[in-house]
Amino acid sequence: MKKLKSFFKGTYLALMLLFLYAPIAVLMVFSFNDSKTMGNWKGFSLRWYEALLSDATLMNALWVTLSVAIISATVATVIGTFAAIGLHSMKKAPRAVVENISQVPVVNPDLVTGISFMMLFAFIGLTGGYTRMLIAHITFNIPYVIFSVLPKLRQSSNSLYEAAMDLGCTPWMALRKVVIPDIMPGIVSGFILAFTMSLDDFVVSWFATDGIQNLSIYIYSIARRGISPKINALSTLMFVAVVTLLLIVNLKSIREERAASIQNKKLTAR
Amino acid sequence: MKRSVFSYPYIVWMVIFILSPMLLIVYYAFSSGGALTFANIRDALSSETYMPVLLRSVIVALEATAICIALGYPIAYLLSKMKKSTASLVSVLFIVPMWMNFLLRTYAWQVILDSSGILNSWLKAFGLEPLHLLYTEGAVMLGTVYNFLPFMILPIYTVLIKLDKSHIEAAQDLGANGATTFFKVVLPLSMPGVISGITMVFIPAITTFAISRLLGGGKYMLYGDLIENQFITLGVNGWNAGSALSFILLVLVVISMVIMRRAEREAGEEGSKLW
Amino acid sequence: MSKHLIELVNIRKSYDGEDALRNINLYIRDGEFLTLLGPSGCGKTTMLRIIAGFVMPTEGQVYMEEKDLVSIPPYKRRVNTVFQKYALFPHLNVFDNIAFGLKIQKLPKTEIETRVNEMLELVNLKGYGKRWIEQLSGGQQQRVAIARALVNRPQVLLLDEPLGALDLKLRKGMQLELKRMQQRLGITFIYVTHDQEEALTMSDTIVVMNEGVIQQIGTPTDIYNEPKNIFVAKFIGESNIVPGEMLEDYKVRFYGNVYECVDKGFPKNQPVDVVVRPEDIDIVAPEAAKLTGVVRSVLFMGVHYEFRVECADFTWTVHSTDYVPVGQNVGLIILPDAIHIMNKSVTPDAMELSVEDEDIDPEEETEPEEEI
Repeated sequence: MKKLKSFFKGTYLALMLLFLYAPIAVLMVFSFNDSKTMGNWKGFSLRWYEALLSDATLMNALWVTLSVAIISATVATVIGTFAAIGLHSMKKAPRAVVENISQVPVVNPDLVTGISFMMLFAFIGLTGGYTRMLIAHITFNIPYVIFSVLPKLRQSSNSLYEAAMDLGCTPWMALRKVVIPDIMPGIVSGFILAFTMSLDDFVVSWFATDGIQNLSIYIYSIARRGISPKINALSTLMFVAVVTLLLIVNLKSIREERAASIQNKKLTAR
Repeated sequence: MKRSVFSYPYIVWMVIFILSPMLLIVYYAFSSGGALTFANIRDALSSETYMPVLLRSVIVALEATAICIALGYPIAYLLSKMKKSTASLVSVLFIVPMWMNFLLRTYAWQVILDSSGILNSWLKAFGLEPLHLLYTEGAVMLGTVYNFLPFMILPIYTVLIKLDKSHIEAAQDLGANGATTFFKVVLPLSMPGVISGITMVFIPAITTFAISRLLGGGKYMLYGDLIENQFITLGVNGWNAGSALSFILLVLVVISMVIMRRAEREAGEEGSKLW
Repeated sequence: MSKHLIELVNIRKSYDGEDALRNINLYIRDGEFLTLLGPSGCGKTTMLRIIAGFVMPTEGQVYMEEKDLVSIPPYKRRVNTVFQKYALFPHLNVFDNIAFGLKIQKLPKTEIETRVNEMLELVNLKGYGKRWIEQLSGGQQQRVAIARALVNRPQVLLLDEPLGALDLKLRKGMQLELKRMQQRLGITFIYVTHDQEEALTMSDTIVVMNEGVIQQIGTPTDIYNEPKNIFVAKFIGESNIVPGEMLEDYKVRFYGNVYECVDKGFPKNQPVDVVVRPEDIDIVAPEAAKLTGVVRSVLFMGVHYEFRVECADFTWTVHSTDYVPVGQNVGLIILPDAIHIMNKSVTPDAMELSVEDEDIDPEEETEPEEEI
């Protein structure tokens, strides 16, 4: 009875994983297919990868995606961290107003955020597609930074800042030497969150930009015309990149945890 | 010097790039040729093309949300019952697809369901008639569920692993059997997770337009497509109508958020800060 | 010992129109151990923060060595603080925490090292430099906090309920150690606490505060033996407080009996409050005293018994080392020097405050708005 139960449980999870991964696996397998159609296997080939790498539009879109993600996440992290520090020491009423408005890009449907940018940029006559995309990404990234830094500030004692000044720091030095190192984990996770939100975004970019393609827009414009093995190759590369990145991040944290626990053991043994 | 000064650059940014675009939507929704009017909203609400689409979108989103709960809750529950080390590994497996570009995830189904795609070539290999799978309502539903399922699993899982084991033990101590414990204790206590899962699935599901475009082939228009159409196809001429449609959507979102907040408060404060 | 190191003149501090401090005039002598004592929310922490520079007074001046201190930011003041919950930097180890202030001053590395090691030795934490803060016990963290402040050789050390988070035994030990350190270094200590016992054991001067107003300034003996009003009498130790009249110099009447006392200078028949400490009352046979009553309860307190003796008009609290059973008729003797006469209290709210208030968690005393 118990065995049967755990068998069903295992099967269910396996089926669900299959549901999630099968489409990705299919894409990956057929990216090596020497045929334009997906139906049948015509032998192993790297021709779609070659086609992909020689596709200047795609390379450009990749560049746009990466550079926008890095720049917008960095700018958002700086603005957002300082915003959080400021908000944390604000009086209750104004703080609530700012925090609520900051929630808007988070809870707003992407679609509405996107068209609101489109209208604003048209209204003020901002034409550069790249700048438009960058501003939009910075804007929807800042709240993620703020909301991952604020809890850290709440955890951290307010008197740390005062203690630093008590020991001779100017307010600016106190921030740099004490407050920011103390909330660093929040800042880092805010940055990572912002970076991935920017990488993954399609809807906001689609409306906000003008004549510039990032990867999402590129994929959309090709997929709308039907399937293309080039995109399969792209999916494979992106999936491998994501998994590698996750592995690196996780391995690093696992290693750090292990090192910390060993350190602790040594200390308690003393 | 007050520390609140540090938030001023952001506040300026916020006013220009968050507040004023939203005000623009409201302005265009309630004006026509510079004059204030309710006509846009009234036209949208009485339109025989718009409202059925809105209704259908809400129904599709509700169905997708329900399916996500039905599939996702058991996954989250089973994960939460696992040994900690295995659970953290398996839960990562459920999260990884979330990191794939959303359009690629949708595109994957396009490849599978396509008339000359994998499923159909297999059917052919078994001597069966090929099916018309892509560009159907079912394909849109499938794509929606596929895309948003991880967003349902994660918040429920987070609440379930934080559940105080002593509640469960107390229930068993008081004579509840497995099923009773689950329905009377575990499920109610995990409601905050379910609710934040709903918020993360329902609202994006109403407004998605890429899924219905890629898997529905534009035949099964959802509300998102409608709005997109106003702005992309009609350009500036569609701003008033598009803004009105967006405004209606926003009202809908606010209403559902208020309902969620209330449900969440009733279900306990625990899940409110999950994300 | 008599030089005025710090002077507070007519300080008022209000938050959103409500006064947290009023009418504060106080001088602090060089090298003394001064304690600000009072219940939660009495303004003692605000006062400390004004001296540290974290809070600007709404009105009034603060002088340090006759220089106006108000416009000088905290990081330029030669005072250092030991914070309530230590505020040690979690991202730095013990050594770097203590060295923090010296590094800010950009002292040479070798000097930093010697001074930090000196401090580690002073607070009995030799060899702990490489430890992380979270690996230390509460008592050890406390010592690091003290070392981190003292290493900068401040003129004044401010201590904000520094022992509040420690358990009783550790607290007693640290009280002695702090006092020893203060005497050895000759630094002025300004110490905030709500614990009257702590204040009485450690201080040269105690400033008793309530509701933003200084109630009394004096040596521990003064404060204990000659409380100025009901609040001080009730807050410091236990006491019997009864209404009475000053018949003439050295003669006071309460509850129908006339007693000899040591106070004078009151107008004839002036209504006063009479304070008698429980340990100053002697229990005798009923025939031997003019005040008689029945023992209603006995509590063994370790060193002495605490009796409640019900007399005609008032139930007296009496401490005695001799046991008397409940129900016994006894006489109470109050000698002249046991009687302390106070003017009738002008602040009626002080009546409300009983000694129980001293147990309020100090954490509740949060300042409404941060200023820097």
